[in-house]
Amino acid sequence: MFSFCVDPSILPQWQWFACYLTSGTHLAFYWAFLVVLALILLAAPAALLFGFGGALAARSRVPPVRWLGVGYISMVRGIPDIIFFLFVPIAMDQGIEYLVHHVRCPDWTEPIRQGTDFIVCPQAKVPLNDAARWVHDAYAFVLAVVAFAIVFGAFAANTLYGAMSAVPRAQIETGEAYGMTPRQTFRRILLPQMWIYALPGLSNLWMILIKATPLLFLLGIRDVVFWARELGGAKTAQFYAYPHPDWRVWYFLALLVVYLLVTWASEKVFERIMTRLNTGQATAGGERLRRTKAAA
Amino acid sequence: MKMTRRLILAGVAMVLAAGAASAQQVIRMGTEGAYPPFNYINDAGELAGFEIDLGNELCERAGLTCEWVINDWDTIIPNLVSGNYDTIMAGMSITEARAEVIAFTRNYKFSDPSGYMALAGTDASVIETGVIAAQSNTVQAGLVADGSATLIEFPTPDETISAVRNGEADAVLADSEFLTPFVDESDGELVFIGGEVTPGQGIGMGLRQSDTELRTTFDEAIAGMREDGSLNALLKQWFGEEVPTF
Amino acid sequence: MRTCWESLGEYGLRALGREFGAPLLPRGLEITFCDQVILIGSGMMWNVYFGVLAILGGFCFATLLAVARLSANPLFSRPAAGFIFVFRGSPLFIQFFLAYEAFILLPRAGIEINLLFTTITAETRWLTRAWAGALFVLFLNTSAYSAHIFHGALRAVPKGDLEAADAYGMTGWRRFRRIIWPTMLRLAWPSYTNEAIFLFHATTLVYFSGFPAWQQSGDALYYARYFADQTFNPFVAYPIVAAYFVGATLILIALFGAVNRRLNRHLPRENRPKLRYRPQLIR
Repeated sequence: MFSFCVDPSILPQWQWFACYLTSGTHLAFYWAFLVVLALILLAAPAALLFGFGGALAARSRVPPVRWLGVGYISMVRGIPDIIFFLFVPIAMDQGIEYLVHHVRCPDWTEPIRQGTDFIVCPQAKVPLNDAARWVHDAYAFVLAVVAFAIVFGAFAANTLYGAMSAVPRAQIETGEAYGMTPRQTFRRILLPQMWIYALPGLSNLWMILIKATPLLFLLGIRDVVFWARELGGAKTAQFYAYPHPDWRVWYFLALLVVYLLVTWASEKVFERIMTRLNTGQATAGGERLRRTKAAA
Repeated sequence: MKMTRRLILAGVAMVLAAGAASAQQVIRMGTEGAYPPFNYINDAGELAGFEIDLGNELCERAGLTCEWVINDWDTIIPNLVSGNYDTIMAGMSITEARAEVIAFTRNYKFSDPSGYMALAGTDASVIETGVIAAQSNTVQAGLVADGSATLIEFPTPDETISAVRNGEADAVLADSEFLTPFVDESDGELVFIGGEVTPGQGIGMGLRQSDTELRTTFDEAIAGMREDGSLNALLKQWFGEEVPTF
Repeated sequence: MRTCWESLGEYGLRALGREFGAPLLPRGLEITFCDQVILIGSGMMWNVYFGVLAILGGFCFATLLAVARLSANPLFSRPAAGFIFVFRGSPLFIQFFLAYEAFILLPRAGIEINLLFTTITAETRWLTRAWAGALFVLFLNTSAYSAHIFHGALRAVPKGDLEAADAYGMTGWRRFRRIIWPTMLRLAWPSYTNEAIFLFHATTLVYFSGFPAWQQSGDALYYARYFADQTFNPFVAYPIVAAYFVGATLILIALFGAVNRRLNRHLPRENRPKLRYRPQLIR
């Protein structure tokens, strides 16, 4: 990075640190923060989408659809998310390759499972073996986003389901009195109103997502925890330009501070949004706002 | 640990000048990237080490296009059999238990003797009665579990060293090659105790059992490098002059 | 091949240590389905141990914290707020790691506490072991989350209840014990149930970050991962551990539901709040 970094072993301390903290591996570490951020920014709307679907299914009048929705929601209730992350991506990955295999290689005669080996034809590899490195990386990234969305979509489904039931029945009845169809009452009355009830739950979901990111390394993402471990581990002078003892504790302390900052900032933002949304709403929060304004 | 743990970045993609050779398939090579001098991520963030040099040379000789993939040690075999990469070069000892699940090429390095490293002044009797740290799912972990000492398992080699330094474990059992730099650079704080043990039947490249063709290709390439002395040169370059050569 | 009966004898209590069953875990091709079910079930003992003790201890400490947080005296409320913020604002994963690193930095020989007339040596070594160290972290963590819930509930105690207590001449501890605390519990219970469920799920993180496994004895997830590594097949071990957790969670919900009914037994049936699952917390 800096011109004086050629021979780190003879540098004075501050220069050594300047070089150390800008080494190739450290740049990858900083990059990992962006990757994690990008991932939760993508996973949050995706989870919302899954959640919306789940909530709609759970409200459905068709029993099998309802069971599906309720089953999806109660899934998170019983099973720790870690176990999903250990299991869902490999299942998805093999499932996708299995399907592609049947589409692309209908004439393939060898069994897909040979002992412990899972073998699909070369054309069915997702991504293909000779695909560029970024394609492999992107695939792992997408798989991680989808895994996050599935697991935390169940949380969102729960919140949205609750929010939909929280919209006062009278509001919907009013809509019906105007001769609206169920579809119309849903779109014009329920949907716009439910967000205020859903927001506390959704802000929690955001916090949940942030705090679940240390599990990303389970999904094959070189995340901040991976690099903190890798960089912090003791390095010997024989193979590394910047030898140092075990510094993992400092790296993890830095991570702790970053996480605290992010959750603190998120809390502030959500407080703002809540105040804005509450204005003029027939909820306890809205009532409090009205009173403080009246008092002022 | 997960199985799809796919290869994110790092590795050194090598496109070989094999010209317009036959419709080339890319061979994906799995490694751990945390076990110097066999394989590690250097300060530039690139893979380096004995196996990286060797693997690149083998691919060139076999006329293959190879791409490195970094994978966690714990899931390195599951990811091979589920097809996320095609070979493993990660300082893996050839053992019967592993050979039940995957195939190995002939060895490209003789078995590393494993040594017990402990803080200076530790009595050698801890090998029988003390707490021995080892990386989980290694031949060394199996060895300790079979014996009378108390096994304490860590997911990475780094943590096993830390455990000895902070007194959590009395000694660590690992490849002597891996431990030597720690002993050398510790100013006498860390020492080898007891004798060396040699588990396994050499270190080889792991492949899926169904990939017989690829195995033959690499076997031939390794044989070629053994014969012309280039393998020995690589061994000496990474492990010093005293390393047992072919 | 081992029969299921033999597996039960060898691995039923294996999670407690190698003295409590076969010293070696089953390996490779000799692993049977029964081995997996039994050994993972044996590991569940640790999840239950961590969960039950952390929830019990955390409940008491959280009550103290919530009261301190509400205190008008900044000497109490500031540290309580800080504690709650740190433990709620960071991932449990990282808390485990840092706690383990901190515990091994404690002096090996123990800490000498000088009590003027005598010296006590506090043993610290056991804190690096999961059964004590991880339990301590889980305890602090659930305390912070529960304190947050209790704090909200304390603020929501109806003013009328407090005025009624005043009218009866209740003050101080008696007012807290008889009026405030039961009402707080009643209000907080649905959220607290969720916290308990999540804490129980979080016990799977113990052997996942920081705390090493000794003598191959660990929790349910430790064994599930062991089997997934040994058999190279995640499609058996992980569903087994998931099934165990579903069962255990149902039991937990039933227990908390019973408490909820007892807390609300004075209310007319239709006014009793139902336990609704609201996933507000995770680590």
